[in-house]
Amino acid sequence: MSEPVQLDKVSGQTTTGHEWDGIRELNTPLPRWWLWVFYACIAFSFVYWIFYPAWPTTSSFTSGVLGQTNRTAALADIAAAQAVRAQMAAGLEKASLAQIAGDPKLLELALAQGKAAFGDNCSPCHGSGGQGQKGYPNLTAGRWLWGGTLDQIQATITHGIRAPNDADTHASAMPSFGKDGILKPEEIRQVANYVRTIDGVEPEQGVDVAAGKKIFLDNCAACHGEDGKGNIEMGSANLTTKVWQYGNDISDLIYTITYARNSVMPAWGQRLDPETIKSLAVYVHSLGGGR
Amino acid sequence: MTSSTQAHHGGSLLSKHHILERNPILLVIGILIMVAIGGLVEIVPLFYLKSTIEAVEGMRPYTPLELAGRNIYVREGCYLCHSQMIRSLRDEVERYGHFSLAAESMYDHPFQWGSKRNGPDIARVGGKYTDSWHVAHLTNPRSVVPQSIMPSYGFLFETPLDTRALVANVATNREVGVPYTDDQMANVMNDLKAQVNPDTPEAAALIKRYPKAVVRKFYPGSPEVTEGDAVIAYLQMLGTLVDFKQFDDKANLR
Ligand code: HEC
Ligand code: HEC
Ligand code: HEC
Repeated sequence: MSEPVQLDKVSGQTTTGHEWDGIRELNTPLPRWWLWVFYACIAFSFVYWIFYPAWPTTSSFTSGVLGQTNRTAALADIAAAQAVRAQMAAGLEKASLAQIAGDPKLLELALAQGKAAFGDNCSPCHGSGGQGQKGYPNLTAGRWLWGGTLDQIQATITHGIRAPNDADTHASAMPSFGKDGILKPEEIRQVANYVRTIDGVEPEQGVDVAAGKKIFLDNCAACHGEDGKGNIEMGSANLTTKVWQYGNDISDLIYTITYARNSVMPAWGQRLDPETIKSLAVYVHSLGGGR
Repeated sequence: MTSSTQAHHGGSLLSKHHILERNPILLVIGILIMVAIGGLVEIVPLFYLKSTIEAVEGMRPYTPLELAGRNIYVREGCYLCHSQMIRSLRDEVERYGHFSLAAESMYDHPFQWGSKRNGPDIARVGGKYTDSWHVAHLTNPRSVVPQSIMPSYGFLFETPLDTRALVANVATNREVGVPYTDDQMANVMNDLKAQVNPDTPEAAALIKRYPKAVVRKFYPGSPEVTEGDAVIAYLQMLGTLVDFKQFDDKANLR
């Protein structure tokens, strides 16, 4: 319902001229501070158009006098961070692994960087402290498949183990003695028990361990060595350290020998930059097992 | 504007707003015009500006198995916890790798950028883990990452992949602009099987049709092609197509 605009005596404001069953609406103006903020925003948007990318054109867009883009900003940010780090490290990238290990300042930096990269990339398999879990080796125990010197660790991280996408990867394969019919189930049980004895664990009762030893020397020693200590040339496990990747329960051992595990460790050379890999090698080396 | 009486009865254009405010039809038309301007300026240019999608080499449509895996990824709502969008921020680039390019989701219908990260970004997870890790992790995430809050998806490895709609799915993708060739269209079911049968002539033909396709039996625990095979095939190719050693950041700044 419309009626003439009136002056409201109580508030001193005019009404809008709307009336509903005797109720009238005041025409209170917007607070002044609000209006000014509103105008300031409009003014700001014009300034923004001048300095930043804003309007599309037929084939491109107005890029603004600052030429700012998210990508240039990110690249500049990354470059700045790298510059700071390069300063701190006086060239982590130029130092050899041995130099890093010998220089307390470089070492501290490499360990910090290695720890962060380990958490992002390695801990889902090797555990948050490198302690490993079933199927994934313990990196803190000093039992190495492919060697525990800084250089050997760096090579393993860079090229991986049986990694399908790296030509220089560590390659070797344990045969599937049961699946491929090389050994009979009974023989596998015997050799599994022998493997337990060389690690100082009691064999099962009533199993012919002497037969197991013969099977070991005939079938396994070529890779694992006559003493079972393994060979880092072919990543064959040392079976005498009480550290097990797949467990030394008799059922675990039988599974390992029957099917062979031949696990894959991804190659990181294509994913992480060389400095990060160096830092990782130093970090892994420091976990307690480094040679 | 001290007095609205002035605003009502003054003659300036600014003071005519009550005409719009009092006429619902006019108000709706006015709102539509304003929203349309916003849409025209923000959305339309994305369709015609070439520079909004950079030229990159290596992008190809999904293989049938990857596409099937992607459908399961969508079905299971993995995108509710995982983004596939590495933002151009230093900390993200340092953790996840090169920031995502528009071209990398060029063949995604719909894209899986996501908006929430209960878990990490997985735009470049391809090749980061092994198939057996993915099997263990999807079956029970806590078995490999003790603190994980990700749900278990063990049934994926017990469910044979339903391929009945796959040919039509590829055709639909082509309809909306994914450049599947006639050759690819004619071999959907062959390629699906070939991707889990390495060292066969069919697998070689697949890799020719889809460069960089990873051919493996992703879940060796079942002779059949399971949903798990498809999901892992998809995860293992994420972020692997563009070779960033060849990609020129400077030429593609925008
Ligand atoms: C997908 C799981 C996985 C991830 C992720 C992973 N590894 Fe491994 N890693 C393995 C497996 C499995 C082996 C053992 C391979 C074998 O059995 O021969 C291994 C072996 C190794 C070895 C060799 C151990 C030895 O005894 O010689 C080193 C060193 C290593 N990993 C370091 C790393 C580092 C550093 C990272 C992170 C950049 C990493 N790994 C990420 C699975 C993984
Ligand atoms: C061709 C070389 C080769 C031969 C022969 C071989 N192995 Fe192995 N073995 C390996 C390699 C390489 C590994 C580690 C790879 C891996 O992680 O799967 C390994 C790992 C193992 C492991 C797992 C150790 C752990 O930490 O859990 C056991 C147990 C084992 N071998 C026992 C045997 C026995 C018993 C035989 C003989 C019947 C044998 N191997 C013959 C190469 C060989
Ligand atoms: C409730 C949220 C949630 C859902 C839903 C979810 N995830 Fe996860 N995901 C996580 C979390 C948290 C992590 C990190 C801890 C871990 O590794 O388990 C993770 C980790 C991962 C990783 C490892 C990423 C990396 O770089 O370490 C992959 C791959 C993955 N998820 C795949 C999937 C897939 C495929 C699905 C759907 C079938 C899925 N996720 C659904 C929460 C989720």
